[in-house]
Amino acid sequence: MAGDIYEDRIMILSQDKTHAHRIEKPSASATVDNPLCGDRVTIDLRLENNRVVEASHHVRGCALCAASATALCANAKDEDIATLIATGDQTTAMLKDGGAGPKGKFEDFAAFGPVAGYKSRHSCVLLPFDALKKALGARGT
Amino acid sequence: MSFDPAAIRAEFPILQREVRGHPLHYLDNAATTQMPHAVLNAVHDHETKHRANVLRGVHTLAEESTEAYEQARGHVARFLSARSEEVIFTSGTTSAINLVAHSLGNTFAEGDEVIVSDLEHHSNIVPWQMLRDRKGIVLKFLPVTNEGRIDLDALDALLTARTRLVSLVHVSNVTGAELDVRAVAEKIHAVGAKLMLDGAQRMAHGPFDLPTMGADFYAFSGHKMYAPNGIGVLWARQEILEDLPPFQGGGEMILAVTREKTTFAAIPHRFEAGTPPIAQAVGLGAAVRWIESLDQSRAESHLKALTGRTLDGLATLDKGRGLIQMLGPSGTQARMPVVSFSVNGAHPHDICQMLDGFGVALRGGHHCAQILMDCFDLTGTTRASLAVYNTTEDVDALLTGLDQAISRLT
Ligand SMILES: Cc1ncc(COP(=O)(O)O)c(C=O)c1O
Repeated sequence: MAGDIYEDRIMILSQDKTHAHRIEKPSASATVDNPLCGDRVTIDLRLENNRVVEASHHVRGCALCAASATALCANAKDEDIATLIATGDQTTAMLKDGGAGPKGKFEDFAAFGPVAGYKSRHSCVLLPFDALKKALGARGT
Repeated sequence: MSFDPAAIRAEFPILQREVRGHPLHYLDNAATTQMPHAVLNAVHDHETKHRANVLRGVHTLAEESTEAYEQARGHVARFLSARSEEVIFTSGTTSAINLVAHSLGNTFAEGDEVIVSDLEHHSNIVPWQMLRDRKGIVLKFLPVTNEGRIDLDALDALLTARTRLVSLVHVSNVTGAELDVRAVAEKIHAVGAKLMLDGAQRMAHGPFDLPTMGADFYAFSGHKMYAPNGIGVLWARQEILEDLPPFQGGGEMILAVTREKTTFAAIPHRFEAGTPPIAQAVGLGAAVRWIESLDQSRAESHLKALTGRTLDGLATLDKGRGLIQMLGPSGTQARMPVVSFSVNGAHPHDICQMLDGFGVALRGGHHCAQILMDCFDLTGTTRASLAVYNTTEDVDALLTGLDQAISRLT
């Protein structure tokens, strides 16, 4: 079975609701939809000097999407924006081009490695990063 | 006439393949059915021996191709107890509905009314919304019952002297619910309106007498009835078609063209502009003959038994936990073999992905019925849909896989 996708780390992340809430008055926030499956992700960020003070998500979607949103928000604190964007790029490269995947604080994303073999699910993992980029892009300066 | 599921299965070459190390358990038949040798061979035979454009040709291949195309029309007409002239080849259900939304819809005036339902596939909603935006018609929706059927009790209140058309799904692609056509046709005709049915999910389940059923228009797709993609049918009563303006213009649908004007061909060709999907039509002709060759009552009981086994199996899996929520009729009466459900805490795509790992092909999501999903406050369901080649092994593979998926995902 496709058990390689749904390994323990992914299931733990997807069921972890610590960061599944909205932030009041976020510095940046955006919602994106996946038209393929109707999934929807919102990412809220509280930023100070381009560093994340708090990140949270609201996911209406599959386990992969929820796990990815947790991996992002749980580890974003104290990171600068460039690091978050780079993590998204590394995750994309891991899924699409066989890259090694993020290391260090964001190495949770390496757990999504087996999803590389299931093309229709790449967007599930990447949706929280799409929301992140949209939030940062829409942020007032 | 015979009905032996194992023998039927052997007629479908694709069912011999493996998926991720397991035999293929194909339970996505509401999306597309597979094709038997009889259909594959008919298409291959046509393309290798008779391929040519249809109509007007005087060489041998053109005559043979035209004859094969028109013969296919005849087979479809017989399947529906209809006349050949009433069978218009389209590219599928969607294009058949769009044809009506244009040809008939263009005769509607601002304030005229069209009634659909909350159970419809998007292909029976969007063309009417587009007509509303073009012509200023009023679009009304019949609600659904808790069992996922169209709530026919609400019809009287929606029908008015301005109602021009009621367009409803004959069999739901989400709940499997079958419409009681006779219960609505008379009321609809009494106000002078026409009845159109979306028959996409009905056609695989055997021939029937369409003209006496009470519908005025009927749309379906070949690929959901063991035939190729790219072919479908709009059926309509001859007297309606005779008066209906054409939809698309082009070759094959004319009698004569001058700079000033065009005179159109007789029905059905008036509605078939351009080179049609010829080999696909031949495949559809072969598919209806193949369906006719089955013992219909045994096919029906086979599918009812499998549907029942699926419903019972899901109830057993639930173990009274209230984890699995069914979307559709509770039994197998007036219901085709489509079973939709949602599992608390597990997303349909995760379930489908895990089941794919067992070789079980399901579909998860909104099934092009987002209005229905909203009615039940769901973003999607998981759907198993059966065809005559399915067996108890397929259903049991679904149930076993689902049991594991649920314990992993919830
Ligand atoms: C009930 C129903 N109507 C319409 C359609 C559209 O059919 P097609 O995509 O072949 O035009 C489908 C296909 O999923 C369907 O199930």
